[in-house]
Amino acid sequence: MQKKISDWVITEKMMLNPTHFLLKFRSSDPLPILQPGQFVQLKIDENPSVFLRRTFSIHYFDLAKQEIWILVQIVGEGTSTLSHYPVGKSVNVIYPLGNSFSMPLAQQKNLLLVGGGVGIAPLLFLGSTLKQHGFSPAFLIGAKDKHHLLEIDEFEKLGQVYITTEDGSVGEKGFVTDHSVLKQSFDHIYSCGPTPMMKAIAAYASSHSIACEVSLENKMACGIGACLCCVTETHQGNTCVCVDGPVFNANELVW
Amino acid sequence: MVDLTTKIGTLTLKNPVLTASGTFGYGEEYVDFVDLNRLGGICVKGTTLHPREGNPYPRMAETPAGMLNAVGLQNKGVDYFIHSIYPRLTQYKTTFIVNVSGSTIDDYVETAEKINAVETIPAIELNISCPNVKQGGMTFGVDPQAASEVVREVRKVYNKTLIVKLSPNVTDIALIAKTVTNEGADALSLINTLLGMAIDAETQRPLLSTITGGLSGPCIKPIALRMVWQVAKAVDIPIIGMGGIMKSTDAIEFLLAGASAIEVGTANFIDPAISIKILEGIESYLEKHHYSSVKDIIGTLKT
Repeated sequence: MQKKISDWVITEKMMLNPTHFLLKFRSSDPLPILQPGQFVQLKIDENPSVFLRRTFSIHYFDLAKQEIWILVQIVGEGTSTLSHYPVGKSVNVIYPLGNSFSMPLAQQKNLLLVGGGVGIAPLLFLGSTLKQHGFSPAFLIGAKDKHHLLEIDEFEKLGQVYITTEDGSVGEKGFVTDHSVLKQSFDHIYSCGPTPMMKAIAAYASSHSIACEVSLENKMACGIGACLCCVTETHQGNTCVCVDGPVFNANELVW
Repeated sequence: MVDLTTKIGTLTLKNPVLTASGTFGYGEEYVDFVDLNRLGGICVKGTTLHPREGNPYPRMAETPAGMLNAVGLQNKGVDYFIHSIYPRLTQYKTTFIVNVSGSTIDDYVETAEKINAVETIPAIELNISCPNVKQGGMTFGVDPQAASEVVREVRKVYNKTLIVKLSPNVTDIALIAKTVTNEGADALSLINTLLGMAIDAETQRPLLSTITGGLSGPCIKPIALRMVWQVAKAVDIPIIGMGGIMKSTDAIEFLLAGASAIEVGTANFIDPAISIKILEGIESYLEKHHYSSVKDIIGTLKT
């Protein structure tokens, strides 16, 4: 898919909690059909200590409305500056970057999308795409506590949602890998979140012979496979997350 | 119409804007953003005799007005480059320069010899300045004796344009410049990255797997300019200047300081189309100031 540089305008901004927010954008150019798992790089100009672009997976994409959502956790200078961007502001974007999640085979009916923290971001776009393709995805979402559960109402529009919180304030207490839903059988698991969570999910999938795709969040510079900064170790050697990922079959990676 | 051509030894470039090794892949990565045919040249990713996996992640850390990298010359080796990558690149009408690195003098010599045999590659950039490999790389570029030895041996087998890429991690860059010039370098490119490091105070750990790495970006530009200026006074072979060039005026400053061409590096990560914008900016500058050729401003700093 051809990569573009464009200016997108912020059409809506929602603070979800003190450290997470949602931005909705409209592109100045017509958007191509984007794929779940792909990401974008935003240029953040106002803060001199922010030098490189910031990378965000596409949280949701609506082709008809020509709308793109990104979900942001405030972790440093870049995301903090972005959190002050007002509606109507234009942001320079490189898109679409990276590969995408694969669609399951028709007979793979039982699909589980497992997300932790802000790693749930690409799973909303993936879930909506799966639903459009006639699948019924289920979601297993983990968070620190009830205040850190994000976008649950959006996921509930797409399928059954199972929740774990570390303090037990909502759903089952513990980590996603402790949830009772994992006693059911699944045909395909998709996951994005903290590395220990994905590692545990990958091990679960492997031990149950379930197809499993994970989306990695390595720090990037160029985003287009030129600088080789964002590599992850695979059984084929060091591989760029930006172009050969961010989505990998869990068994390709050296965990 | 301004004459943008510039000469690096016997090699004529269509314009003075090249892209720096390690920041532009093999050029192909940028075709959605840049018409490669318009570039003066492309210095491809550092190439070694044998394939290299590079360093473990994390290899990159953002720093004020710049970044550190510790990629460690990940590449598939010179044979793979020649047989599986370069044939695809010949469709582009620009000058491909192969950045050659190694751990031993024999590595450099053998790699250079293999590139020498590829008829349409007119130049190599001998990288004696990579700070991210345990053996070789920068160790050659910071010691005048080692630098002269590697250039002397490569010169014996390489008969096209030999550009030597210098390390800024030295006390007297003009001394190294003179030394490698005496050994037969046709041109010098400078500067490679500065050795630096970054620490996360919260985790109390380094941000790079290798602890130290190479600093690039606009934070190093004043050092790079100073070094180009010093080297231009010390030697009479052409210089390719680089280090933190983000816009066309940065590039013009390097030309004024004595560079015959420039390389755009880290800026490609922030704006993948920047190299062409810099080229257009140089052209407008020359027109605005009524110069007929880019050569009219090279080394013309008024002091």
